[in-house]
Amino acid sequence: MFSVAAVAVVTAMAVALARAFLGPTLYDRVLAGNSFGTKTVLLIGLMGFLTGRPDFLDIAILYALINFAALVAILKFFRYRTLSVSMSGQETDKPEFATDAHPDGPGGEPAPTPDPKPDPAPNEAPDRAPAAPGPKPEPAE
Amino acid sequence: MTLDLVLDILSWALFLVGGVAVVAGAVGILRFPDFYTRVHAAGVTDTAGGELILLGMLLQAPTWLVAVKLGFIGFFLFFTSPVATHALSHAAWVSGLKPRLGPDLKYEDD
Repeated sequence: MFSVAAVAVVTAMAVALARAFLGPTLYDRVLAGNSFGTKTVLLIGLMGFLTGRPDFLDIAILYALINFAALVAILKFFRYRTLSVSMSGQETDKPEFATDAHPDGPGGEPAPTPDPKPDPAPNEAPDRAPAAPGPKPEPAE
Repeated sequence: MTLDLVLDILSWALFLVGGVAVVAGAVGILRFPDFYTRVHAAGVTDTAGGELILLGMLLQAPTWLVAVKLGFIGFFLFFTSPVATHALSHAAWVSGLKPRLGPDLKYEDD
C-alpha cells in the first residue's frame, strides 16, 4: 500500500526533475524545485511507514519548513540580488528587476519605469530647455 | 477486524487518488507550454495530492503521536503550498514574464 504511493511519488519527482533541468526560465526551475521538495516530504513520510519507523516524520516536518523558506529566499535573492536588503526604506521602493533572469522567456522586458527627466533635445529648443516642468532628477552622488 | 479492513480500503483509495493526482501534476509541469500554466498544474495537484496521501497515511498511523505529526505536516502544507505558488507567480509577473495568450498558446518543438 505504501509502496504504491511511494512509486507514484518517485515517478512524479523524476518528471519534475526533468522540468527543473529543461525549464527555459528561472521560474520554471524554481517551480519544479518546489514541487520536488513537496514530494520529498511525502516520500520521507512514506519511507518511514515502509521501514516501520514513523519517527521519520520529524524529518518530514523539518523538510517542509525548509522547503517553504528556501523558496521565499530564492525568490528574494533573484529579485534584489542580495539577501540582506532592508525591507523598509526609500531605495527599496523601486527595486532593480532581474532582467536577465529569463533570457528567452516571452516578453522579457520589465515594466518600463518612467524616466524622471525627459532629456530635451538641445538643438530644437535651447531657450526653454532649463524651464521644462517635470520631476526633479535625483541629486548626483 | 472490520475496522482495520475499512481503514485499509480507505487508505488504498486515498493513496491511489493521491498518487494519480501527483503524477498528473508532474506530467503537467513537464508538458504544459507556459510558465503560468505550469504553475496551475503544480499548485493544484501538489496541494490536493499531498493532502490525500497524508490523509491515507493518517488512517494507518500506529500511535497518536504519529497521527499528530502527520496532522502538522498536512496543516503546514495546506497553507504554505498556495502561498508558495502565489509568491512564485507574483515574482514572475513583477519581473516581466508575460503569459502566452491566444494563438501563441501552443506547443513548441522543443
